[in-house]
Amino acid sequence: MTNKKFILGVFEEEEVLLQAIENIRAAGTKIYEVFTPFPIHGIDDVLGIKRSRLPIAAFLYGCAGLAFALWMQIYMLGFDWPMIIGGKPHVALPAFIPVSFELTVFCTAHGMVLTFLIICGLYPRLKVPVFDVRSTDDKFVMAIEVKDGVTDVNKVNDLLRSNGAVEVNEKEVV
Amino acid sequence: MQHVSPIREPLVTGGKTYHDITEDISRQVEAKPNIRWALALAVSLFFLGIFIYSVYRTLWYGIGEWGLNKTVGWAWDITNFVWWVGIGHAGTLISAILLLFRQKWRNSINRAAEAMTIFAVICAAMFPVLHMGRPWLAYWVLPLPNTFGSLWVNFNSPLLWDVFAISTYFTVSLVFWYLGLVPDFATIRDRATGPIARRAYALLSLGWTGSAKHWSRYETVSLILAGVSTPLVLSVHTIVSMDFATAVIPGWHTTIFPPYFVAGAIFSGFAMVLTLMIITRDVFFLKDYITLEHIESMNKIIILTGSIVGIAYITEFFIAWYSGVEYEQYAFINRATGPYWWAYWSMMTCNVITPQLFWVRKIRRSIVATFIITIFVNIGMWFERFVIIVTSLHRDYLPSSWVMFYPTKIDVGIYVGTLGLFFTLFLLFAKYFPVINMFEVKTILKSSSGVPHTLEPEKSMHATTPVTHQNRHHD
Repeated sequence: MTNKKFILGVFEEEEVLLQAIENIRAAGTKIYEVFTPFPIHGIDDVLGIKRSRLPIAAFLYGCAGLAFALWMQIYMLGFDWPMIIGGKPHVALPAFIPVSFELTVFCTAHGMVLTFLIICGLYPRLKVPVFDVRSTDDKFVMAIEVKDGVTDVNKVNDLLRSNGAVEVNEKEVV
Repeated sequence: MQHVSPIREPLVTGGKTYHDITEDISRQVEAKPNIRWALALAVSLFFLGIFIYSVYRTLWYGIGEWGLNKTVGWAWDITNFVWWVGIGHAGTLISAILLLFRQKWRNSINRAAEAMTIFAVICAAMFPVLHMGRPWLAYWVLPLPNTFGSLWVNFNSPLLWDVFAISTYFTVSLVFWYLGLVPDFATIRDRATGPIARRAYALLSLGWTGSAKHWSRYETVSLILAGVSTPLVLSVHTIVSMDFATAVIPGWHTTIFPPYFVAGAIFSGFAMVLTLMIITRDVFFLKDYITLEHIESMNKIIILTGSIVGIAYITEFFIAWYSGVEYEQYAFINRATGPYWWAYWSMMTCNVITPQLFWVRKIRRSIVATFIITIFVNIGMWFERFVIIVTSLHRDYLPSSWVMFYPTKIDVGIYVGTLGLFFTLFLLFAKYFPVINMFEVKTILKSSSGVPHTLEPEKSMHATTPVTHQNRHHD
């Protein structure tokens, strides 16, 4: 595998960063990734991040949880071992509401979080692909990939500087 | 002092920058433990020892070590269970409901409050599990196929609903809390100097890089988690109250229980959050992040929920009289004037009168007064559960089975022991995890820091406070 080269623009203010993203994308340069210490309001639009479909996934997990809970209670108490308890009918739907609700929430929450971890590639590991460690502290880092023979490094440097980057670094990633 | 908004007080004081936030909060994690922390941990560990001894006695000799008896089959243990579960509720309320309501003041306190929830639920779970007598068979409460043929658990029973409610509540709160910690673990990982710390926080932070795309999905996940946790908070204590409300015991069989228990839970939970935060902000020098504004906001919630609880007490009494049921009437007169009158009046004093003091602005904004009142509230809420459970059971329909309940040393030991367990866990959390949610505080810094961010903070205010601006060098 060949090494990938990146140019990192370091910004100090999020407003400057937002403007820079807009200008740089307008100039036709592709932004590889932006790293920020906290979520920035409005960055999705300027970066062109699509709306996440996680809510749909969460809804489906919830439906699955509800269906499982209802099936479980109706099958177990209504058919597999029918018993009259407290004068209630075998399939006592009102009495099944609490467990159905809890299992719906359980499946929604855990299913969605697992999906989130998988799609973001988050799992416990020792080596972490951080480009600039200050991006988890107080700096906003924009990474632009350098493709040999295609990218004009000086032009990208100038573009970053003129848009308010306080520092421009190069980094190779194996 | 300079304000951005003339009507809103700043949520972060002291003219902080993003880097200051990282420094202030990571410092506790990185520094060597201080003496006060070590002393507190020693005391907590002593009480944890009492817990272990009491549990050993309970398991070795059986439930006969406890003071409950044939008539008062639920007593001290369920009192403690309901009390602990209630305390947990404030954490989820702060992290979920206040997030949906866009209450920005939650940002400095949500992390510690959620930790409190987790630890309180752990303490709560100890009691029903030990009450089983044979906790190694606790899995029998789950609907698993078993060797007795297909005999299943009883889904009509509120006690089983509790199993589902508490386990869902615990795991969802745990995931919500952990997810919030991931970006802050990444911050500490990137600052860590020692090899052990770097590896430990690298594993904990799951390889978080802070990419914009991840943040975007992260916010979606938080919002949905808050959305599903909000009804969860309300459902858990509602179900706990149904353990009582579906019974036919006078004093339990009331429809007011679900909302009244939920209000009581939030009431005691906020009191515990305040008790903990007042100590934490002092020990860890976090007064710029947990300000008087935060304490006042929480006190306002205490007035609200405390008043709901007070009205519930009066309503219960009124309905007992109005229903014309003599057993119900006797149960309530017995509560106020019977052998447990002291518990009833402690409850009334602590829960009905003390929170009303917060109507006075001076008291609401006084740290000392708040600390004392919150302790009173916690004591009062414990007595509330004791009054409901024990006074209703010790005199039921049949006067020949009337008895008194007296806790044994083991009863007291387990209760005091869970306090030890709780504080041990909380102290370890406060030392090794970031107590304040750094990235969320950073998001509100520009709008609520009390100083316009475009001005240089050192020049505009607090000329005497040294503000560190060193940029550490990285590879």
